Amino acid sequence: MTQLPQSTERKMGLVIDLDTCVGCHACVISCKGWNTENYGVPLSDQDAYGANPSGTFLNRVHSYEVQPAEGPAQLIHFPKSCLHCEDAPCVTVCPTGASYKRVEDGIVLVNESDCIGCGLCAWSCPYGARELDVAEGVMKKCTLCVDRIYNENLPEVDRVPSCVRTCPAGARHFGDLGDPDSDVSKLVAEREGMDLMPEMGTKPVNKYLPPRPKDQIEEQIDILAPLLAPVAEEPKGFLGWLDKTLEKL
Amino acid sequence: MHPAPSVIIFTTCSGLGFGLLFFLGLGQPAVTGFVAFVFYVIAYALAVGGLLASTFHLGHPERAWKAFSQWKSSWLSREGICAVAALIVMALYALGAVFLHSHWTVLGWIGALLSLATVFTTSMIYTQLKTVPRWNMNLTPAMFLSFSLAGGALLAGAEALAPWLLAIAGAVQLAYWAQGDGAFARAGTTLGSATGLGDRGNVRAFEPPHTGTNYLLREFVHVVGRKHAQKLRVISLGLAFALPLLLILIPVSGLVVKHIFALLAVLSHLTGVVVSRWLFFAQAEHVVGLYYGKR
Repeated sequence: MTQLPQSTERKMGLVIDLDTCVGCHACVISCKGWNTENYGVPLSDQDAYGANPSGTFLNRVHSYEVQPAEGPAQLIHFPKSCLHCEDAPCVTVCPTGASYKRVEDGIVLVNESDCIGCGLCAWSCPYGARELDVAEGVMKKCTLCVDRIYNENLPEVDRVPSCVRTCPAGARHFGDLGDPDSDVSKLVAEREGMDLMPEMGTKPVNKYLPPRPKDQIEEQIDILAPLLAPVAEEPKGFLGWLDKTLEKL
Repeated sequence: MHPAPSVIIFTTCSGLGFGLLFFLGLGQPAVTGFVAFVFYVIAYALAVGGLLASTFHLGHPERAWKAFSQWKSSWLSREGICAVAALIVMALYALGAVFLHSHWTVLGWIGALLSLATVFTTSMIYTQLKTVPRWNMNLTPAMFLSFSLAGGALLAGAEALAPWLLAIAGAVQLAYWAQGDGAFARAGTTLGSATGLGDRGNVRAFEPPHTGTNYLLREFVHVVGRKHAQKLRVISLGLAFALPLLLILIPVSGLVVKHIFALLAVLSHLTGVVVSRWLFFAQAEHVVGLYYGKR
Protein backbone atom coordinates (compact mmCIF):
# COMPACT_ATOMS: atom_id res chain seq x y z
CA MET A 1 0.00 0.00 0.00
CA THR A 2 1.19 3.49 -0.74
CA GLN A 3 0.00 4.93 2.52
CA LEU A 4 3.01 5.66 4.69
CA PRO A 5 3.42 3.74 7.93
CA GLN A 6 2.74 5.79 11.09
CA SER A 7 6.20 4.91 12.32
CA THR A 8 8.89 2.42 11.45
CA GLU A 9 10.63 0.06 13.86
CA ARG A 10 14.03 1.24 12.69
CA LYS A 11 15.20 4.04 10.44
CA MET A 12 17.99 2.55 8.42
CA GLY A 13 19.89 5.08 6.39
CA LEU A 14 23.15 6.65 5.38
CA VAL A 15 25.25 9.40 6.88
CA ILE A 16 27.40 11.11 4.27
CA ASP A 17 30.42 13.08 5.37
CA LEU A 18 30.93 16.04 3.02
CA ASP A 19 34.18 16.81 4.81
CA THR A 20 35.72 13.48 3.93
CA CYS A 21 34.30 12.76 0.47
CA VAL A 22 37.03 13.15 -2.13
CA GLY A 23 34.70 12.90 -5.12
CA CYS A 24 36.21 9.72 -6.57
CA HIS A 25 32.83 8.33 -7.73
CA ALA A 26 33.76 4.83 -6.51
CA CYS A 27 30.39 4.63 -4.71
CA VAL A 28 28.64 5.43 -8.03
CA ILE A 29 30.39 2.59 -9.80
CA SER A 30 30.01 0.02 -7.02
CA CYS A 31 26.32 0.91 -6.70
CA LYS A 32 25.77 0.44 -10.41
CA GLY A 33 27.75 -2.81 -10.36
CA TRP A 34 25.88 -4.36 -7.45
CA ASN A 35 22.42 -3.17 -8.36
CA THR A 36 22.56 -3.96 -12.05
CA GLU A 37 22.90 -7.67 -11.30
CA ASN A 38 20.93 -8.13 -8.09
CA TYR A 39 17.58 -6.77 -6.81
CA GLY A 40 15.17 -5.97 -9.65
CA VAL A 41 15.78 -5.30 -13.32
CA PRO A 42 19.26 -4.22 -14.48
CA LEU A 43 20.30 -0.57 -14.59
CA SER A 44 20.46 -0.11 -18.34
CA ASP A 45 22.64 2.20 -20.40
CA GLN A 46 21.74 3.69 -23.74
CA ASP A 47 24.40 4.41 -26.36
CA ALA A 48 27.03 3.59 -23.73
CA TYR A 49 30.00 3.81 -26.09
CA GLY A 50 28.48 6.26 -28.58
CA ALA A 51 28.24 10.01 -28.87
CA ASN A 52 25.39 10.50 -26.38
CA PRO A 53 25.77 8.02 -23.54
CA SER A 54 23.14 8.00 -20.81
CA GLY A 55 22.03 5.47 -18.26
CA THR A 56 20.26 4.68 -15.03
CA PHE A 57 22.15 5.30 -11.80
CA LEU A 58 20.91 5.18 -8.20
CA ASN A 59 23.72 7.28 -6.80
CA ARG A 60 25.46 10.27 -8.36
CA VAL A 61 28.19 12.60 -7.12
CA HIS A 62 27.83 16.32 -7.78
CA SER A 63 30.57 18.87 -7.04
CA TYR A 64 29.83 22.34 -5.71
CA GLU A 65 31.95 25.40 -5.14
CA VAL A 66 31.13 27.40 -2.03
CA GLN A 67 32.44 30.95 -1.98
CA PRO A 68 32.28 32.45 1.52
CA ALA A 69 32.05 36.22 2.01
CA GLU A 70 35.74 36.21 2.91
CA GLY A 71 38.48 33.73 2.24
CA PRO A 72 39.07 31.20 -0.50
CA ALA A 73 36.35 29.15 -2.17
CA GLN A 74 35.85 25.55 -1.10
CA LEU A 75 35.12 22.62 -3.40
CA ILE A 76 32.64 20.14 -1.94
CA HIS A 77 31.87 16.76 -3.46
CA PHE A 78 28.29 15.81 -2.90
CA PRO A 79 27.05 12.22 -3.30
CA LYS A 80 23.28 12.03 -3.69
CA SER A 81 20.99 9.02 -3.58
CA CYS A 82 17.57 8.21 -2.08
CA LEU A 83 17.24 9.71 1.42
CA HIS A 84 14.55 7.16 2.48
CA CYS A 85 12.36 10.02 3.77
CA GLU A 86 9.97 9.51 6.67
CA ASP A 87 7.32 11.53 4.81
CA ALA A 88 8.22 10.20 1.40
CA PRO A 89 6.06 11.95 -1.22
CA CYS A 90 7.13 9.37 -3.81
CA VAL A 91 5.25 6.67 -1.90
CA THR A 92 1.89 8.40 -1.47
CA VAL A 93 1.61 9.56 -5.10
CA CYS A 94 2.03 6.05 -6.50
CA PRO A 95 -1.27 4.92 -8.07
CA THR A 96 -0.56 1.19 -8.09
CA GLY A 97 0.97 0.50 -4.70
CA ALA A 98 4.32 -0.35 -6.29
CA SER A 99 6.10 2.24 -4.17
CA TYR A 100 6.19 1.49 -0.46
CA LYS A 101 8.02 2.22 2.77
CA ARG A 102 8.86 -0.80 4.91
CA VAL A 103 7.60 -0.83 8.48
CA GLU A 104 10.50 -2.91 9.79
CA ASP A 105 13.38 -0.71 8.67
CA GLY A 106 11.96 2.33 6.85
CA ILE A 107 13.54 1.45 3.51
CA VAL A 108 11.63 2.89 0.53
CA LEU A 109 11.33 0.30 -2.23
CA VAL A 110 9.62 -0.23 -5.59
CA ASN A 111 7.83 -3.46 -6.38
CA GLU A 112 8.80 -3.52 -10.02
CA SER A 113 6.13 -5.98 -11.12
CA ASP A 114 3.45 -3.47 -10.03
CA CYS A 115 5.17 -0.36 -11.46
CA ILE A 116 3.46 1.10 -14.54
CA GLY A 117 6.29 3.54 -15.18
CA CYS A 118 4.12 6.66 -14.97
CA GLY A 119 7.01 8.62 -13.48
CA LEU A 120 4.89 10.50 -10.95
CA CYS A 121 7.05 9.36 -8.00
CA ALA A 122 10.11 10.84 -9.70
CA TRP A 123 8.16 14.08 -10.24
CA SER A 124 7.35 14.22 -6.53
CA CYS A 125 10.94 13.62 -5.35
CA PRO A 126 12.81 16.90 -4.77
CA TYR A 127 16.18 15.13 -4.73
CA GLY A 128 16.16 13.43 -8.11
CA ALA A 129 16.60 10.09 -6.37
CA ARG A 130 14.42 8.11 -8.77
CA GLU A 131 15.18 7.37 -12.38
CA LEU A 132 12.95 5.59 -14.86
CA ASP A 133 14.88 2.85 -16.63
CA VAL A 134 14.47 3.41 -20.35
CA ALA A 135 14.97 -0.24 -21.31
CA GLU A 136 12.59 -1.76 -18.74
CA GLY A 137 10.06 1.06 -18.30
CA VAL A 138 10.04 0.79 -14.52
CA MET A 139 11.22 3.13 -11.78
CA LYS A 140 14.62 2.44 -10.21
CA LYS A 141 15.87 3.76 -6.92
CA CYS A 142 18.32 3.07 -4.11
CA THR A 143 17.27 -0.03 -2.15
CA LEU A 144 19.82 0.63 0.59
CA CYS A 145 21.18 -2.67 -0.77
CA VAL A 146 18.36 -4.56 0.91
CA ASP A 147 19.81 -7.68 -0.70
CA ARG A 148 23.17 -7.18 1.04
CA ILE A 149 22.40 -5.87 4.51
CA TYR A 150 20.41 -8.95 5.62
CA ASN A 151 22.26 -11.43 3.39
CA GLU A 152 23.73 -14.17 5.54
CA ASN A 153 25.54 -15.65 2.55
CA LEU A 154 27.87 -12.67 2.66
CA PRO A 155 30.67 -12.20 5.21
CA GLU A 156 29.49 -9.91 7.99
CA VAL A 157 31.79 -7.10 6.91
CA ASP A 158 29.99 -6.97 3.55
CA ARG A 159 26.48 -6.65 5.03
CA VAL A 160 26.35 -2.92 4.40
CA PRO A 161 25.28 -1.02 1.27
CA SER A 162 27.71 -1.40 -1.58
CA CYS A 163 28.54 2.33 -1.63
CA VAL A 164 29.45 2.27 2.08
CA ARG A 165 31.61 -0.86 1.67
CA THR A 166 33.42 0.67 -1.29
CA CYS A 167 34.11 4.24 -0.12
CA PRO A 168 37.91 4.49 0.17
CA ALA A 169 37.70 7.68 2.24
CA GLY A 170 35.25 6.41 4.87
CA ALA A 171 32.83 9.20 3.93
CA ARG A 172 29.72 6.99 4.03
CA HIS A 173 28.22 5.43 7.14
CA PHE A 174 25.28 3.05 7.48
CA GLY A 175 23.10 2.38 10.49
CA ASP A 176 19.85 2.93 12.39
CA LEU A 177 19.15 6.65 12.61
CA GLY A 178 16.08 5.96 14.72
CA ASP A 179 18.24 4.67 17.58
CA PRO A 180 19.85 7.64 19.39
CA ASP A 181 22.63 5.38 20.71
CA SER A 182 23.72 4.04 17.34
CA ASP A 183 27.09 5.07 15.92
CA VAL A 184 25.49 6.96 13.05
CA SER A 185 23.15 8.88 15.38
CA LYS A 186 26.08 9.84 17.61
CA LEU A 187 28.01 10.98 14.55
CA VAL A 188 25.08 13.11 13.42
CA ALA A 189 24.73 14.65 16.88
CA GLU A 190 28.44 15.37 17.18
CA ARG A 191 28.92 16.84 13.70
CA GLU A 192 25.52 18.59 13.46
CA GLY A 193 24.27 16.47 10.58
CA MET A 194 21.78 18.22 8.33
CA ASP A 195 18.72 17.55 6.15
CA LEU A 196 18.58 18.47 2.47
CA MET A 197 15.72 20.82 1.51
CA PRO A 198 14.08 20.73 4.95
CA GLU A 199 11.44 23.16 3.62
CA MET A 200 10.01 20.35 1.47
CA GLY A 201 8.78 18.60 4.62
CA THR A 202 10.02 15.19 3.52
CA LYS A 203 11.90 14.47 6.76
CA PRO A 204 14.85 12.64 5.15
CA VAL A 205 16.39 9.79 7.14
CA ASN A 206 19.81 10.17 5.46
CA LYS A 207 21.88 12.94 6.96
CA TYR A 208 24.79 14.98 5.58
CA LEU A 209 27.71 16.03 7.76
CA PRO A 210 28.81 19.55 6.83
CA PRO A 211 32.43 20.18 5.81
CA ARG A 212 34.67 21.36 8.64
CA PRO A 213 35.93 24.95 8.30
CA LYS A 214 39.16 25.26 6.36
CA ASP A 215 42.37 26.67 7.84
CA GLN A 216 42.71 30.39 7.10
CA ILE A 217 45.93 31.86 5.72
CA GLU A 218 47.21 34.40 8.24
CA GLU A 219 47.85 37.96 7.04
CA GLN A 220 51.43 37.96 8.40
CA ILE A 221 53.16 34.63 8.29
CA ASP A 222 56.42 35.66 10.06
CA ILE A 223 57.46 38.63 12.14
CA LEU A 224 60.64 38.85 10.07
CA ALA A 225 58.74 38.93 6.80
CA PRO A 226 58.87 42.72 6.36
CA LEU A 227 62.68 42.57 6.60
CA LEU A 228 62.77 39.99 3.84
CA ALA A 229 61.25 42.30 1.24
CA PRO A 230 63.12 42.38 -2.09
CA VAL A 231 66.11 44.71 -1.91
CA ALA A 232 67.00 45.47 -5.52
CA GLU A 233 63.84 46.53 -7.38
CA GLU A 234 65.59 48.21 -10.35
CA PRO A 235 68.43 46.48 -12.19
CA LYS A 236 71.76 48.28 -11.90
CA GLY A 237 75.18 48.13 -13.59
CA PHE A 238 75.45 46.18 -16.83
CA LEU A 239 71.93 44.78 -16.54
CA GLY A 240 70.60 48.30 -15.93
CA TRP A 241 72.39 49.60 -19.04
CA LEU A 242 71.07 46.63 -21.06
CA ASP A 243 67.55 47.24 -19.82
CA LYS A 244 67.67 50.94 -20.79
CA THR A 245 69.28 50.23 -24.17
CA LEU A 246 66.71 47.59 -25.06
CA GLU A 247 63.97 49.93 -23.93
CA LYS A 248 65.18 52.60 -26.39
CA LEU A 249 65.22 50.28 -29.38
CA MET B 1 9.20 19.95 -17.05
CA HIS B 2 9.31 18.06 -20.32
CA PRO B 3 6.16 18.97 -22.28
CA ALA B 4 5.29 15.44 -23.43
CA PRO B 5 2.68 15.51 -26.24
CA SER B 6 0.80 12.64 -24.57
CA VAL B 7 0.04 14.62 -21.40
CA ILE B 8 -0.76 17.81 -23.31
CA ILE B 9 -3.25 15.96 -25.53
CA PHE B 10 -4.61 14.12 -22.50
CA THR B 11 -5.26 17.15 -20.28
CA THR B 12 -6.62 19.26 -23.16
CA CYS B 13 -8.96 16.70 -24.73
CA SER B 14 -10.20 15.00 -21.59
CA GLY B 15 -10.74 18.40 -19.93
CA LEU B 16 -12.89 19.46 -22.86
CA GLY B 17 -14.70 16.11 -23.07
CA PHE B 18 -15.56 15.95 -19.37
CA GLY B 19 -16.61 19.61 -19.55
CA LEU B 20 -19.12 18.69 -22.26
CA LEU B 21 -20.27 15.63 -20.27
CA PHE B 22 -20.84 17.94 -17.27
CA PHE B 23 -23.25 20.09 -19.28
CA LEU B 24 -24.92 17.08 -20.92
CA GLY B 25 -25.46 15.57 -17.49
CA LEU B 26 -27.20 18.75 -16.38
CA GLY B 27 -29.46 18.47 -19.41
CA GLN B 28 -27.85 21.34 -21.25
CA PRO B 29 -28.69 21.00 -24.09
CA ALA B 30 -31.64 18.67 -23.37
CA VAL B 31 -31.18 16.70 -26.56
CA THR B 32 -32.47 13.23 -27.37
CA GLY B 33 -32.21 10.74 -30.21
CA PHE B 34 -29.69 11.24 -33.01
CA VAL B 35 -28.66 14.76 -31.94
CA ALA B 36 -27.90 13.44 -28.45
CA PHE B 37 -25.93 10.60 -30.05
CA VAL B 38 -23.71 13.08 -31.91
CA PHE B 39 -23.11 15.08 -28.71
CA TYR B 40 -22.13 11.97 -26.75
CA VAL B 41 -19.84 10.72 -29.52
CA ILE B 42 -17.96 14.02 -29.42
CA ALA B 43 -17.78 14.01 -25.61
CA TYR B 44 -16.62 10.38 -25.39
CA ALA B 45 -14.14 10.77 -28.25
CA LEU B 46 -12.49 13.66 -26.42
CA ALA B 47 -12.64 12.19 -22.90
CA VAL B 48 -11.64 8.61 -23.79
CA GLY B 49 -9.19 9.74 -26.49
CA GLY B 50 -7.46 11.93 -23.92
CA LEU B 51 -7.33 9.14 -21.36
CA LEU B 52 -5.87 6.73 -23.93
CA ALA B 53 -3.24 9.32 -24.90
CA SER B 54 -2.20 9.53 -21.26
CA THR B 55 -1.28 5.84 -21.26
CA PHE B 56 1.23 6.40 -24.10
CA HIS B 57 3.83 7.78 -21.71
CA LEU B 58 3.59 4.80 -19.35
CA GLY B 59 6.45 2.32 -19.21
CA HIS B 60 3.97 -0.53 -18.77
CA PRO B 61 0.48 0.43 -20.09
CA GLU B 62 -0.67 -3.22 -19.74
CA ARG B 63 -0.55 -2.83 -15.94
CA ALA B 64 -2.57 0.43 -15.97
CA TRP B 65 -5.54 -1.32 -14.30
CA LYS B 66 -3.49 -1.58 -11.11
CA ALA B 67 -3.72 2.22 -10.84
CA PHE B 68 -7.28 1.96 -9.48
CA SER B 69 -6.10 0.49 -6.19
CA GLN B 70 -4.45 3.36 -4.26
CA TRP B 71 -7.28 5.90 -4.05
CA LYS B 72 -6.62 6.41 -0.33
CA SER B 73 -3.39 8.30 -0.97
CA SER B 74 -2.85 8.85 -4.69
CA TRP B 75 -4.52 11.56 -6.80
CA LEU B 76 -3.59 9.68 -9.95
CA SER B 77 -5.48 6.66 -8.67
CA ARG B 78 -8.47 8.84 -7.69
CA GLU B 79 -8.45 10.35 -11.16
CA GLY B 80 -8.63 6.92 -12.77
CA ILE B 81 -11.56 5.91 -10.58
CA CYS B 82 -13.45 9.19 -11.14
CA ALA B 83 -12.89 8.99 -14.89
CA VAL B 84 -14.19 5.44 -15.20
CA ALA B 85 -17.14 6.15 -12.88
CA ALA B 86 -18.04 9.31 -14.82
CA LEU B 87 -17.85 7.49 -18.14
CA ILE B 88 -20.03 4.60 -16.93
CA VAL B 89 -22.68 6.80 -15.29
CA MET B 90 -22.84 9.14 -18.25
CA ALA B 91 -23.03 6.17 -20.64
CA LEU B 92 -26.20 5.00 -18.83
CA TYR B 93 -27.58 8.54 -18.94
CA ALA B 94 -26.73 8.72 -22.65
CA LEU B 95 -28.59 5.42 -23.29
CA GLY B 96 -31.70 7.02 -21.83
CA ALA B 97 -31.31 10.18 -23.91
CA VAL B 98 -30.42 8.51 -27.21
CA PHE B 99 -32.67 5.45 -27.26
CA LEU B 100 -35.47 6.08 -24.77
CA HIS B 101 -35.84 9.83 -25.26
CA SER B 102 -35.81 10.33 -21.54
CA HIS B 103 -33.55 12.23 -19.15
CA TRP B 104 -32.86 10.49 -15.85
CA THR B 105 -32.18 13.72 -13.97
CA VAL B 106 -30.53 12.40 -10.81
CA LEU B 107 -28.26 10.06 -12.79
CA GLY B 108 -27.30 13.03 -14.96
CA TRP B 109 -26.41 15.12 -11.94
CA ILE B 110 -24.25 12.33 -10.52
CA GLY B 111 -22.54 11.98 -13.91
CA ALA B 112 -22.00 15.74 -14.12
CA LEU B 113 -20.48 15.79 -10.65
CA LEU B 114 -18.20 12.84 -11.44
CA SER B 115 -17.11 14.53 -14.69
CA LEU B 116 -16.13 17.65 -12.80
CA ALA B 117 -14.45 15.52 -10.11
CA THR B 118 -12.36 13.88 -12.86
CA VAL B 119 -11.05 17.25 -14.01
CA PHE B 120 -10.40 18.26 -10.41
CA THR B 121 -8.47 15.06 -9.63
CA THR B 122 -6.41 15.53 -12.83
CA SER B 123 -5.46 19.03 -11.66
CA MET B 124 -4.56 17.73 -8.18
CA ILE B 125 -1.95 15.37 -9.67
CA TYR B 126 0.00 18.51 -10.55
CA THR B 127 -1.14 20.73 -7.68
CA GLN B 128 0.06 18.29 -5.00
CA LEU B 129 3.69 18.47 -6.18
CA LYS B 130 5.68 20.71 -3.84
CA THR B 131 8.66 20.02 -6.09
CA VAL B 132 7.13 22.18 -8.85
CA PRO B 133 6.20 25.48 -7.16
CA ARG B 134 4.47 26.79 -10.28
CA TRP B 135 1.95 23.92 -10.03
CA ASN B 136 1.70 23.85 -6.24
CA MET B 137 -0.91 26.65 -6.15
CA ASN B 138 -4.68 26.89 -5.58
CA LEU B 139 -4.99 28.47 -9.00
CA THR B 140 -3.97 25.22 -10.71
CA PRO B 141 -7.27 23.39 -10.01
CA ALA B 142 -9.09 26.70 -10.61
CA MET B 143 -7.49 26.85 -14.05
CA PHE B 144 -8.24 23.24 -14.99
CA LEU B 145 -11.87 23.52 -13.82
CA SER B 146 -12.54 26.91 -15.43
CA PHE B 147 -10.99 25.76 -18.73
CA SER B 148 -13.06 22.59 -18.69
CA LEU B 149 -16.30 24.44 -17.93
CA ALA B 150 -15.63 27.13 -20.58
CA GLY B 151 -14.78 24.53 -23.23
CA GLY B 152 -17.72 22.36 -22.21
CA ALA B 153 -20.13 25.30 -22.43
CA LEU B 154 -18.74 26.17 -25.85
CA LEU B 155 -19.23 22.62 -27.12
CA ALA B 156 -22.64 22.27 -25.49
CA GLY B 157 -23.78 25.47 -27.17
CA ALA B 158 -24.73 27.03 -23.86
CA GLU B 159 -25.09 30.48 -25.37
CA ALA B 160 -25.95 32.30 -22.16
CA LEU B 161 -23.19 30.79 -20.03
CA ALA B 162 -20.34 30.31 -22.51
CA PRO B 163 -19.26 33.99 -22.81
CA TRP B 164 -19.12 34.36 -19.03
CA LEU B 165 -17.26 31.09 -18.52
CA LEU B 166 -14.76 31.98 -21.28
CA ALA B 167 -14.13 35.36 -19.67
CA ILE B 168 -13.67 33.78 -16.23
CA ALA B 169 -11.29 31.14 -17.60
CA GLY B 170 -9.27 33.85 -19.34
CA ALA B 171 -9.04 35.81 -16.10
CA VAL B 172 -7.98 32.71 -14.14
CA GLN B 173 -5.34 32.02 -16.79
CA LEU B 174 -3.91 35.54 -16.38
CA ALA B 175 -3.93 35.23 -12.58
CA TYR B 176 -2.23 31.81 -12.84
CA TRP B 177 0.59 33.25 -14.93
CA ALA B 178 0.97 36.28 -12.67
CA GLN B 179 1.18 34.15 -9.51
CA GLY B 180 3.17 31.36 -11.14
CA ASP B 181 6.00 33.61 -12.32
CA GLY B 182 7.11 34.29 -8.74
CA ALA B 183 6.22 30.88 -7.32
CA PHE B 184 9.69 29.34 -7.47
CA ALA B 185 11.31 32.27 -5.67
CA ARG B 186 8.54 32.34 -3.06
CA ALA B 187 8.94 28.62 -2.35
CA GLY B 188 12.39 29.52 -1.03
CA THR B 189 14.22 26.45 -2.28
CA THR B 190 17.68 27.34 -3.48
CA LEU B 191 20.92 25.50 -4.23
CA GLY B 192 21.85 26.60 -0.70
CA SER B 193 18.96 24.71 0.93
CA ALA B 194 19.28 21.83 -1.54
CA THR B 195 22.88 21.18 -0.51
CA GLY B 196 22.61 22.48 3.07
CA LEU B 197 25.67 24.59 2.32
CA GLY B 198 23.89 27.92 1.80
CA ASP B 199 24.85 29.45 5.15
CA ARG B 200 28.56 28.99 4.40
CA GLY B 201 28.59 31.16 1.30
CA ASN B 202 27.46 31.36 -2.29
CA VAL B 203 26.97 27.83 -3.67
CA ARG B 204 27.69 27.20 -7.35
CA ALA B 205 27.36 23.97 -9.30
CA PHE B 206 30.97 23.32 -10.18
CA GLU B 207 30.90 19.98 -11.93
CA PRO B 208 27.91 17.81 -12.87
CA PRO B 209 27.90 14.12 -11.86
CA HIS B 210 27.89 12.97 -15.47
CA THR B 211 29.01 14.38 -18.81
CA GLY B 212 25.98 13.24 -20.77
CA THR B 213 22.32 13.69 -20.07
CA ASN B 214 20.03 11.49 -17.96
CA TYR B 215 16.37 10.84 -17.12
CA LEU B 216 16.26 13.69 -14.62
CA LEU B 217 17.57 16.28 -17.06
CA ARG B 218 15.31 15.08 -19.87
CA GLU B 219 12.20 14.98 -17.69
CA PHE B 220 12.62 17.90 -15.29
CA VAL B 221 15.06 20.40 -16.72
CA HIS B 222 13.34 21.40 -19.96
CA VAL B 223 14.49 24.87 -20.96
CA VAL B 224 13.84 24.91 -24.71
CA GLY B 225 11.30 27.45 -25.94
CA ARG B 226 11.12 29.54 -22.78
CA LYS B 227 12.28 32.61 -24.68
CA HIS B 228 9.02 32.66 -26.64
CA ALA B 229 6.88 32.25 -23.55
CA GLN B 230 5.41 35.76 -23.58
CA LYS B 231 4.45 35.56 -27.26
CA LEU B 232 2.92 32.14 -26.73
CA ARG B 233 0.92 33.47 -23.79
CA VAL B 234 -0.62 36.15 -25.99
CA ILE B 235 -1.35 33.59 -28.73
CA SER B 236 -2.88 31.19 -26.20
CA LEU B 237 -5.08 33.83 -24.60
CA GLY B 238 -6.24 35.09 -28.00
CA LEU B 239 -7.06 31.66 -29.43
CA ALA B 240 -8.49 30.05 -26.29
CA PHE B 241 -10.72 32.88 -25.09
CA ALA B 242 -10.72 36.17 -27.07
CA LEU B 243 -11.42 34.76 -30.54
CA PRO B 244 -14.10 32.24 -29.40
CA LEU B 245 -15.76 35.00 -27.40
CA LEU B 246 -15.84 37.18 -30.50
CA LEU B 247 -17.13 34.34 -32.69
CA ILE B 248 -20.05 33.47 -30.43
CA LEU B 249 -20.99 37.06 -29.63
CA ILE B 250 -21.18 38.24 -33.26
CA PRO B 251 -24.87 38.22 -34.20
CA VAL B 252 -25.34 36.04 -37.27
CA SER B 253 -28.40 34.90 -39.14
CA GLY B 254 -28.88 31.38 -40.40
CA LEU B 255 -28.29 28.07 -38.66
CA VAL B 256 -25.46 26.99 -40.98
CA VAL B 257 -23.39 30.16 -40.45
CA LYS B 258 -24.00 29.92 -36.73
CA HIS B 259 -22.76 26.33 -36.63
CA ILE B 260 -19.69 27.22 -38.69
CA PHE B 261 -18.89 30.05 -36.29
CA ALA B 262 -19.41 27.73 -33.31
CA LEU B 263 -17.11 25.13 -34.89
CA LEU B 264 -14.44 27.77 -35.49
CA ALA B 265 -14.83 28.94 -31.89
CA VAL B 266 -14.32 25.38 -30.60
CA LEU B 267 -11.27 24.74 -32.81
CA SER B 268 -9.73 28.06 -31.82
CA HIS B 269 -10.39 27.32 -28.13
CA LEU B 270 -8.86 23.83 -28.46
CA THR B 271 -5.72 25.20 -30.12
CA GLY B 272 -5.38 27.95 -27.52
CA VAL B 273 -5.71 25.47 -24.65
CA VAL B 274 -3.05 23.23 -26.26
CA VAL B 275 -0.66 26.21 -26.31
CA SER B 276 -1.54 27.04 -22.70
CA ARG B 277 -0.92 23.42 -21.65
CA TRP B 278 2.40 23.36 -23.48
CA LEU B 279 3.41 26.40 -21.45
CA PHE B 280 2.01 24.78 -18.29
CA PHE B 281 4.60 22.02 -18.65
CA ALA B 282 7.45 23.79 -20.43
CA GLN B 283 7.54 26.68 -17.96
CA ALA B 284 7.21 24.53 -14.83
CA GLU B 285 10.51 24.43 -12.96
CA HIS B 286 11.28 21.34 -10.87
CA VAL B 287 13.51 21.96 -7.84
CA VAL B 288 15.81 19.08 -8.84
CA GLY B 289 17.20 21.40 -11.53
CA LEU B 290 18.92 23.26 -8.69
CA TYR B 291 21.29 20.34 -8.12
CA TYR B 292 22.39 20.71 -11.74
CA GLY B 293 22.77 24.49 -11.49
CA LYS B 294 19.93 24.91 -13.96
CA ARG B 295 17.59 27.20 -12.02
